[in-house]
Formats: sequence, C-alpha cells, structure tokens
Amino acid sequence: MNKALYSNLVFDLSRKGCTGYSLPHYDYGKAAGELPENLRRQTPPSLPEIDEPSAVRHYTNSSNNNFGVDTGFYPLGSCTMKYNPKINEAAVAMAGIAPLHPLQPVETVQGALRVYRTLEKALSEIGGMAEFTLNPFAGAHGEYTGLMVIRRYHMARGDEARRRVIVPDSAHGTNPASAAMAGFDIVEVKSMPDGTVDIADLDSKLDETIAAVMMTNPNTVGMFEKGIPEIAEMVHKAGALLYYDGANLNPMLGIARPGDMGFDVMHINLHKTFSTPHGGGGPGAGPVGVRAGLEEYLPNPRVSELPDGTLAIDFGADAFGRVGAWLGNFTVYIKAFAYILSLGSENLMRVGPLATLNANYIMHSLSDLYEQPIAGPCKHEFVFDGLRDKSTGVTTLHVAKALLDYGFHAPTIYFPLLFHESLMIEPTETESRPTLDAFIATMRKIALEASAEPDTVKNAPYTTPISHPDEDEAALNPVVTYRQLCAKQI
Amino acid sequence: MSRHPYLPHTEEDIQTMLGRCGATTLDDLYADVPDALRLKEPYRLPAPMSEPELERYFADIASQNRRLLCFAGAGFYNHYTPAAIPSLMARSEFLTAYTPYQPEISQGTLQYIFEYQSMMAELTGLDISNASMYDGATATAEAMLMAVNSVRKKRRILVASTVAPAVQQVLATYAAGPGITIEVIPEDGGVTDRTAFEAMLGAGDVAGVIVSQPNYYGIVEDYDGWADTCHSSKALLIMNCHASTLGALRSPGEWGADIACGEAQSLGMPLNYGGPYLGYLCCRENLIRKMPGRIVGATTDAEGRRSFVLTLQAREQHIRRQKATSNICSNQGIMTLHAAFYLALMGAEGLRKVNTLSYNAAHALADALCDTGMMRLKYPDKPFFNEFAIETIEPLSADALLAACLKKGILAGVRLSDSSILVAATEMNSPADIALCAETVKSLKS
Repeated sequence: MNKALYSNLVFDLSRKGCTGYSLPHYDYGKAAGELPENLRRQTPPSLPEIDEPSAVRHYTNSSNNNFGVDTGFYPLGSCTMKYNPKINEAAVAMAGIAPLHPLQPVETVQGALRVYRTLEKALSEIGGMAEFTLNPFAGAHGEYTGLMVIRRYHMARGDEARRRVIVPDSAHGTNPASAAMAGFDIVEVKSMPDGTVDIADLDSKLDETIAAVMMTNPNTVGMFEKGIPEIAEMVHKAGALLYYDGANLNPMLGIARPGDMGFDVMHINLHKTFSTPHGGGGPGAGPVGVRAGLEEYLPNPRVSELPDGTLAIDFGADAFGRVGAWLGNFTVYIKAFAYILSLGSENLMRVGPLATLNANYIMHSLSDLYEQPIAGPCKHEFVFDGLRDKSTGVTTLHVAKALLDYGFHAPTIYFPLLFHESLMIEPTETESRPTLDAFIATMRKIALEASAEPDTVKNAPYTTPISHPDEDEAALNPVVTYRQLCAKQI
Repeated sequence: MSRHPYLPHTEEDIQTMLGRCGATTLDDLYADVPDALRLKEPYRLPAPMSEPELERYFADIASQNRRLLCFAGAGFYNHYTPAAIPSLMARSEFLTAYTPYQPEISQGTLQYIFEYQSMMAELTGLDISNASMYDGATATAEAMLMAVNSVRKKRRILVASTVAPAVQQVLATYAAGPGITIEVIPEDGGVTDRTAFEAMLGAGDVAGVIVSQPNYYGIVEDYDGWADTCHSSKALLIMNCHASTLGALRSPGEWGADIACGEAQSLGMPLNYGGPYLGYLCCRENLIRKMPGRIVGATTDAEGRRSFVLTLQAREQHIRRQKATSNICSNQGIMTLHAAFYLALMGAEGLRKVNTLSYNAAHALADALCDTGMMRLKYPDKPFFNEFAIETIEPLSADALLAACLKKGILAGVRLSDSSILVAATEMNSPADIALCAETVKSLKS
C-alpha cells in the first residue's frame, strides 16, 4: 500500500473543485423565496472536496490500520469479542428495515415490531425475566434505565428514603457512574481475597436507605458469586432490589438464569453475548429485563401484542420516562435475533460451557509464568496480576504491547482495580483450539523473553502501523480537530 | 453433539482441553454454581435455523413491512445514502473492532473519529466535538447535564416548547436523577416567545437554555441576541439542530451558542425504523473537560509521526467512576464513519445542494397542498426550511388525509392534531412525487 498517498487525513486529500456527490437536478417549478439573510449560514463549513475513488481508497487504507475480530484473536476481558456472523448483517438487508420511518403507522411496520417483540420474549426466556425493553442504546444506558426502573418502583411505594446504591469495588466503572446519573449516592462494598463480594461487609451496609445492589455474576475477575442465593435473600429482606450487570452473561448461557438467581432487574449487552459487532465503539444495544411486578415501570415507548396477534406501540402511564427518541438501535436487534435463531436452543446451551472451557484452558496453560491471584476454575474470563517474574520491570502494559506484534489484540489491562498489574483475558467460545494454542505459545514466548531480554519486550511493538503514541502530550495540549491540528502543525 | 459453524470445538478438542484443566466434564467447570440455580432443561426457544431458513424467515419479516413514499420528518429525514458509504462501513476491520484502546492497531477507527469531530466542529461553528452520543435526544440531555455541571449551583434549565416532544421527554427523564428543574418556554405563533424567555431567565438560577433549529414545526427561528442575553445571566445557550441543515442555516457558533447538539441522522443515514442514528455534541473549547464520552486527540508516536489516541480519559467512567462527566461507554461508534464519509463526499457544496433541493421540494409541496384549497399553512408568516406544519380545512381531517395517502403508498406526514400534520421533503422527493401527493389530497374533494 502507498501510505504516503492514501493514508493521510481526508482533509489532506482535499483538492479544490473535486466532487464526491451525485444529486438530482430537480426543477420544482416556481422558485421558493430565499430565507432571510440573517437566518442563513454566513461562512461555509470547511469540509474536504474529494472525488469518490480517492475517498474510497482513503477509507480502505485506513481500515488496513485497524484490527477487528475478523483480523485476529481479540481476548479483551469483559468485552466478549466473539465472532460476528455474516448472516446477521445480511438479515438486516433482507428484513426490509432501511426505508421504514419510525413514525409511520404501526400496520406498515408489523415485521419490524415482530422482531422487537420476539427478541424481547427470547431474552426474557434466557434471562429468566418477565419482560424486556430493548430501547437502551448500550450497556451503560441499560444500567441507567434499570436503575431508573428501580427508582420509580421505590417511589411508587412511597419509599423515597432509598437514595443509595451498593456497588462492589470490583464493578465496571459504568455501574457507579450510571447510579450517579440516576440520582443515587454510591456505597462501595469490599471484595474478599478470592474476588467475590464480602457478604459480611454487604450485610453491614444494607439498610432502609439502600435502593439496590448492583452485581456482576460472574464478577469482573471471572468468578461465580457462590453466595448469590444468600445475597439475594439479604437484599430483598432489606427492601432493596438486586441488579444484574449483564456484561458477563456469556458464561451463564446454558447454565443458569439471572432471574433464577434472585435478580430483579438486568441488562444484556447484545454486542457482547449476542454477537452483534462492536463497530469500533458502537452502536450497541442494552436491553433491560425486569421480574414480574416491575413491567409497568419500563420506559416508553413499548411494543405490545393485541389479542388478534397484531403489534402496537404503547405509552404507559407508569413508565419512569423515555430514554431515547424511539425504540433504540433497531438493526442491532435483527442481528442479535438472527444469532439466536441460528444457534437455536440447543447450541445456545453450549455457548457458556465452551466459553468457560476456553478461558480455563488458557489460564491453566499460562499460570506457571503469569501470576494467578485467584485460584480457579474461572468462568468466561480470568485475571493475571502480571508476570510471575517481577524482577525484570516488564509490566502488563509491556506484555500487552508485545502481543500486538504477533497478530493478537491485547487483553484488557489495569482493570479490575483490585490488582496492580491486572491482565484480563476473555477468549469467548468462538475461538478454536489452534488459535488458543498459538496465543498461549506467544504469551509464553513473551514471558520467557521478558526474563532473558527485558528491553526487547519493553520497546514493543515493532511492526504496528505506528509505534507508541505520546498520550500525555495528547491530554496536556488537546488537539481534537483538523483546524487545531493545522494551527499546531503536527 | 450437534455441530454449528460458529462453534469450532471438536469432541476431541473438548476432551484434550478439559484434561489440561484437570476436569473430566464441562460441568466440572461449574461446580461452584449451586445446583438449585442450574437450568434443568433447555431454553424454550426454537431449534437451530440454517442460513437458507433464516433467509426465508427474514424475507417473511420484510413482507410485513411496507416501504412508503416518505414525506414524514419530525426529526428523522429521508436523505440519500451514497452507495460508497455502506460498502466501506461493512469492512470488518472497522465493523468488528472494539473501542480503540490500543492505538497502535486502531489508527483506522481513531482517524475517522478525529475526522468526524473536525467536521462536526466545522458544521456547528464551535471549537470541539466528542466521539458521538447515542441519538439526538440523549445528546441534548447530556448537553443539559454539561450546563448544570459547568455553572455552579444552578439547577434550572429552560427548554423551548418548540423543541421536539420526544427530546423534551428524554430531557425530563434525565433531569430527574440530578434534581434539575426544567421549565418550558411557551411558544407564540410557532416560535419561542422571547418576552417569556427573558422573564424566565431573569428570575435567576438558570444554568442553560435549550432551543431548536429548525424547530419542531420546521420553522427557522431568529435567535439574534439570545446568546448575549443568556450570557449576561451566566447561562449557557444550547442549540439542538438537525445536522444536515447546518450546511445552509446560520450555525450555532454564528448565533453565539455554547453547545450544539442533536441528531445527525439527516447526514444520509437510513431511517432503519429509528436506529442506529447518531447523536452529536459540540461545544466551545472552555467546556472541554465537562464534555461527556470519548474524545480522540492528535499526538505523535515515538518516531514523531502523526497519530491519534483516545484522550482526556480522566473525565470518563472507567477512571472517575461516579464522579465521571457521564456513564457513557459504548456510543454510536461506526456511525461516525458514516457521518465523516458522507460529509467528505458531499463537501460544503454538496451539502448546500441537498439543502436547496430539500428546501425547494418542501416549499413546492406546501404550495401544492395549499393549492388544493383543502389545506392551509399553520404558521403562514414564518420562514420554514424542509418541513412545515399544515392544517386541514373542514370537512377534511388529518386522519382522513393520512389514511387516503397511505392507501396510495404515501406517508404524507406525521399527525400533530385532529386537523394538522407535519410534512417534510428532501432531495429524495421528485416533482412527480410531490404532484402525486397533492393529487391524492385533491381527490378527496368530493
């Protein structure tokens, strides 16, 4: 590839007079009068002028500087980077969704609503919940939605003193952030040395001011919270609700349902467990499920089924509100639904166990060289606390960067915050044994090299499109637009 | 054991791998899950479908959806999607990547987000943009939270009544958590009542004022002097605008606004029954550390080459937890590639042409509908852009009109009341489409 020619910013490729668009020359008859001058834009925006082939080459070459699940193994812990089936994308095109306006009459969108309703029911079956809303746009948005359901529930009961939410110290950062946005104060509960919640600490913090306890199960170190029946009982006895962060639902497929564990409200990341692509950070979807008795508080609008089987859109009076302009990232539902239909019940039952097998296989194959702070077996993911040999100065960051040279994405690093050198690995069930073996061999090679020639590892990566970027400079003197870039001449 | 193309394990793999883990069965790996919690039977879901069966299934879904000749807007517009865009967005190097945490192998994603941020800053006439919000409504809600977090101890937000109802409802939802009081500025003849606005602002304690352009009725409002009025009360002016129209209308920066936000679906994104769309959020540079969500910045690598990274992450939830500017993590990601690619192909000139075509089409349609003698503009003395509110003259009703058009495969607009609808047009509507719509209305004359 000719990087000098194609790999600049699209602005660098701009040439005055070039055109990349093709528009009709309609004559609508009598000319409309112009808008008053002071309502019109004074200075045109400085956008590129580029022909279509140059723009296509630009983005094609730019994509070659990227790494996706289709490029290689992506063991990013807590992100469930499983294979994104191609039929899912085809299904969106086949379903005839693209031209549908969100406000067109319901009788003309029965197919779309059928997908929404049937997926909602499938998720209820998998989650052990009474009903789901699919509307939230992402996992964090689902957390916010679930917490607003909980807030509405307590208020409806006149229990307004419940203004605090308990979050484990191992939780994803979105948990406390979502609770704060929903208006709750955060109470942190400690973890035991094995990474599970300290039940005695939790018990001491449960009182009549607690609205909910948020849990991730398996938790962020990949351990199943064995005490969950006892925890659910304690939480409910204290009058609070139990929230399930579905970021780690994948290993539970075929094993156990959050509803059966005693959870009252949960979200699911369709872009994790249900195989929809992450798109470089979105669009995702974060459907929220509730147990019986909480359905009425779910956000508007809602899709409901009439006695004759046709589908309708409702605005319930008891809903806590509205979390988006319409029904969410609709095409994502088609992809997730195609995945569920493709696997069917029998293969969905195998997803969790195979994801867990893959994680344990890697863990057992590397724990002689990497420090395993928590004894197994793990579930879908596990955490190493860096290399066992701490004498070399080779850190988790160095190991992560070294992996890039071998065609692997790095694991999640420095999360969870329970360990100094967290290296969190989640392989998912769609990775084959030869892929895992190659990853294991590479991780072992890096570990041995770290002891023999630490500087070689510390200076990695060597083969990536760029070497280590100066992130401190980026934060100290932010340059976030092309206009600023030109002023600074980077 | 059943076989499936996404599950690569052979029976032999499973046995070998279990052996390394010191286990005999897959169940051994779940010994810590109490038996009482275990699923006792398979999910009550259908049996696996093959790809040919899936094709049939989704073709059947398609047969229950009806493509209409679209004159509906209300915040979502039927603009053309240049063919090059879906083709590039399907590249799995982009589509199957996650958030660019490892910049060395994510320059593709980081670069298009940087381009997107640059172009949105240009369009809005403001200094900076973040890497996207979920949709226009949530972007506006986050703008409201930014205002409250930027101005100490003020809890009131004024929202123009001419902001789309769905956006107002999302604002009300997001205001509940932090205890923000939202007050609606009344409208007068389809535009925001300036006298009422000044009186409400004068009462004090206002952190931000949210207005819309074009407003919900398609009217282009005159916000001359509004920014100064807001600033003299130390309140921020927040403008919710449809992204495409910024190519032609006076920009939020030119009006003196502090934050611009809204829906970028109008940048050629398919309607897709409501999503995925793209919320954008731009602001002046002094607000950068109050900005929610991801931001991409330029820097240099060890060899001095220009490169891009996620920056200012100390604002975000994975670092700051409950003190973060927002909980947002996944956003609309690849939709920013759509926006950047669209704006690159269109350029300022193409965008101007799209707006001119849409403006002319809407005005031609308004004239044709009024010429039937059965309809009249609801706000005849106000300038509108690509959308307008129009009333039916008795005995014609909004429902009768919409139903008659639907029979002909026309989505004539969005119902506002028993006797009014909101009608929009874009470059997708040819003169013949407009004539067909007007003819259909005229045929109701008997």
